[in-house]
Amino acid sequence: MLYPITTIHYLVLSAALLLIGTLGVLARRNIVIILMSIELILNAVNVNLIAFSHHFGKVHGQIFAIFVITIAVAEAAVGLGILIALFRNKETVQADEIDLLKW
Amino acid sequence: MTDAIFFYAFALLAVGGGVLMITRRSAVHSAIWLIVSLLGVAGLYLLQKAEFLFAVQIVLYIGGIMVLFLFVIMLVNLDEASRQRQFNRQWWIALAALAAVGVEIVYFLKAGGSAFRLSPPEAEAGAAGPGNTEQIADVLFSEYLLPFEVASLLLLVAIVGSVLMAKKRV
Amino acid sequence: MNFLDAIWLIPLFPLFGAALMLLLGKKLDPQAASTVMRAPDMVEEPDDHAHGHGHSYEHGGSHDHGHDGHGHHHHEAASRLLIKLFCPGMVLLSFIFSVGAVVQLAGKTEKIHEVVKFTWLAGLPFHTADGRIAVFGADWGFLLDPLSSVMILVVTGVGFLIHVYSVGYMAHDGGYYRFFGYLNLFVFFMLMLVLANNYALLFVGWEGVGLCSYLLIGFYFHKKSAGDAGKKAFIVNRIGDAGFLIGMFLLFAVVGSVRFTEVNQTLTSGRFTAETAGFGILSATALLLFIGATGKSAQVPLYVWLPDAMEGPTPVSALIHAATMVTAGVYMVARSNALFALTPETSLIVMVIGALTAILAASIALVQNDIKRVLAYSTVSQLGFMFMAAGAGAYWVAVFHLFTHAFFKALLFLGSGSVIHALSGEQDMRKMGGLKDKIPTTFRTMFVGSLAIAGIPGLAGFFSKDEILWQVFSAPHGSTAVYAVGLITAFMTAFYMWRMMYMTFYGDSRVNPAVAGHIHESPATMTIPLIVLAIGSALGGWIGVPKLWSFMGEGFRLFEHWLEPVFAAAARAGAAGHGEAAHHDTTIEWLLMGLSVAIAIAAILLARRKFFHGYTPPADTTLHRTLYNKWYVDEIYDFLFINGLAKGGGSLMARFDARIVDGGVNGAGWMTRFISTLSIWWDVWIIDGFVRLTSFLVRLISYPVRIVQSGYVQAYALVFVVGVGLVFGYYLMR
Repeated sequence: MLYPITTIHYLVLSAALLLIGTLGVLARRNIVIILMSIELILNAVNVNLIAFSHHFGKVHGQIFAIFVITIAVAEAAVGLGILIALFRNKETVQADEIDLLKW
Repeated sequence: MTDAIFFYAFALLAVGGGVLMITRRSAVHSAIWLIVSLLGVAGLYLLQKAEFLFAVQIVLYIGGIMVLFLFVIMLVNLDEASRQRQFNRQWWIALAALAAVGVEIVYFLKAGGSAFRLSPPEAEAGAAGPGNTEQIADVLFSEYLLPFEVASLLLLVAIVGSVLMAKKRV
Repeated sequence: MNFLDAIWLIPLFPLFGAALMLLLGKKLDPQAASTVMRAPDMVEEPDDHAHGHGHSYEHGGSHDHGHDGHGHHHHEAASRLLIKLFCPGMVLLSFIFSVGAVVQLAGKTEKIHEVVKFTWLAGLPFHTADGRIAVFGADWGFLLDPLSSVMILVVTGVGFLIHVYSVGYMAHDGGYYRFFGYLNLFVFFMLMLVLANNYALLFVGWEGVGLCSYLLIGFYFHKKSAGDAGKKAFIVNRIGDAGFLIGMFLLFAVVGSVRFTEVNQTLTSGRFTAETAGFGILSATALLLFIGATGKSAQVPLYVWLPDAMEGPTPVSALIHAATMVTAGVYMVARSNALFALTPETSLIVMVIGALTAILAASIALVQNDIKRVLAYSTVSQLGFMFMAAGAGAYWVAVFHLFTHAFFKALLFLGSGSVIHALSGEQDMRKMGGLKDKIPTTFRTMFVGSLAIAGIPGLAGFFSKDEILWQVFSAPHGSTAVYAVGLITAFMTAFYMWRMMYMTFYGDSRVNPAVAGHIHESPATMTIPLIVLAIGSALGGWIGVPKLWSFMGEGFRLFEHWLEPVFAAAARAGAAGHGEAAHHDTTIEWLLMGLSVAIAIAAILLARRKFFHGYTPPADTTLHRTLYNKWYVDEIYDFLFINGLAKGGGSLMARFDARIVDGGVNGAGWMTRFISTLSIWWDVWIIDGFVRLTSFLVRLISYPVRIVQSGYVQAYALVFVVGVGLVFGYYLMR
């Protein structure tokens, strides 16, 4: 099972990365770490896409991955901008101290 | 054989980097480990014969985004934060839920894994013919032209947005 | 000149006099104030009117020219002379015209003459009770027939004599012009009453004499008792007038006209049958008219004003309350004889009330001490006699008694006025006595008058009273019981009259010594009318001699024959429904005549025995007290009507208003508040309750939902993941 590396291995890897990233999003208090965990999730998705692209021999998956990266970039930039703004206003980067979006 | 070793090596880098990333106290350490993880992922891309993406991953992701992250980490004073509690109060539940989801995913993969045996990879037929980059360019600028343009627009918006967000006085 | 066509002038002469007096009199009479000059030693009876006593006013003059003598008459202006001449002169003119008119009427075959000046009230046609079309019309018209001719002669003749008497009597009082003005006004209204040719104009006169009665009774208006007496007279009269008016309206509705000629024609035409079976609409009409007569002519129950009316000056009492106004009721009943003949029930009521009044008033007169009160109750009693006669169907007898009564009652009143004048205002008989030599003319004339009223044969009263008693006994509608009552009353009449005479003129003098020195006979202007009236009382009866005495010749039965045409129709109508008049035994008639004479003489002798030698106060028994207090009738009226009806009704109305009307209003307010309270409850608990229930439910439901929204992003993310897990789980399960 371990030896001939098939697509499944990549999928499992992708799933693992996904779960790790999600855990980071859910469990960490520091917003910077959360944002980085989001990047990890996006990478997991990319791995999945590349694996399938390779499996089918087509290049479309990679193009999709390019777009994902693009989006990740934009999102990281904006997210960090928001972080900076948030830090300026609330002097904190801990996620559970920011609970303004509630009733 | 070798590709297996490489695979596991890069996989280890990726997963291990990820795990270490989410557990570090210092944000800079977490960023470094994320870089490691991304390197691992880049290596995996190479193994999958996605050279262009390998390059993009390193240049863009690590060289751009992670640098950006590091800048921001240094901009935002995180000394205070590193002394506080790192994990929030719901990490138990998160872990349990994710474990459950993980189990489910594994089960899906095991149960549906036979669906992938449709045809083995077309071996090295791609050695001859256009290279990976050309292929990508081919499809990107013909079939996916519109999304390309839209993506650039999105980037524009993101630029404007982040500049605006980061300004002290609007 | 044609006096018959000038009968409309007869009332106008005194009207002219009255207008002149009342409009200009103040300027003419220098002594215009109505203060009464009191004698220095005035006796202190509260309802006495003091009589000023100037020494200088005693001399006689001619009865026309008052007493302008010498001495201090400075304030006797010539204008007073004008008043003294003018007003009696007006009445004299009326008398002359009346005599002329009557003489000319006697010359006519059809003894009726009507002069219509103009149409006074014209109305629209309408349906009477039995469906005929009638038009209401009342003219300013004058009717002269035998009945009204008797009346105008009495009114103007006696009125003239009393005016002359007043010239002397009222000389000391203030308000001379006012007195004569009112007196003339009264004569005007009385003449309108008797000369009217329809009920409406009669009513004008009727009301007018009531007004003048009020004015004259309250002549001494500064005395409260006089004002009260005037008011009492007017109000009691008014009650009767209400009955009269309704009766007049009913009459019009039933018969269709108010003119006398038309009414009599309709009633005797046979269209209406006599209501012998019971009380019908005609009886009701007649009864209502009679109620008016009870008010005006002082019968039970509306007689209470007449004794109080003695507050007025004595000439007023003589003219109005003896000779003329009170006889208006009798005149009206006589005028409506056609109606009364058709209604035996009402005629019975008339007779019974007449009898009741007669005996009631006579009983009260037995014990009165004020000389004028005795005469007042005597008047009421004699009026009762007149109505007894009218009720029995003998209308001419009633009018005859009216005629004779005018003479002797006026005489007695004027005589009593002379006595009072002589005694400087004393009216209480207990303080009189032994005056017969001191005021001889007054004594002799009053002697004649008292004999007349007692019913001594030969004098006027005998003929009329005896005829009444005979008719009551023997007429088809008469009754023996009423005759008995009449006989007893005759006895009482003679008794109290002679009690008065003896107490006043005979025996030892009980006069207050201070007053005794001034006793003097009245001036000629007062004594001459007395003499004239005495002659009338003595001889006036000889024109109405009963049928029994027809051996004396028909000329002595002038009165009955003169009035026949007026009452013949009624007599026919009555007789037609009832068979013919009964013929009674002449023996019984002689017997009854002798009986009444004997009774009169017995009464006089009894009075002589008790009072000839002086007056002893009677025993204070219950009977005496009841009679003295007028059977407490005034007190009963006060209790029933004044306190009961007026005040009680007023307080009842006040309580009704406060409790029920205001209670209703308050109740409405309370109801509004109560309903608003309910409304408030509904609004607060039900309406608002729904609203609050809604919000409560929302809050209830939203509470758990709210908790979910913590604002904590990672919690949301966790929910994502859990959701993903669940979705996978779903597919897994499948």
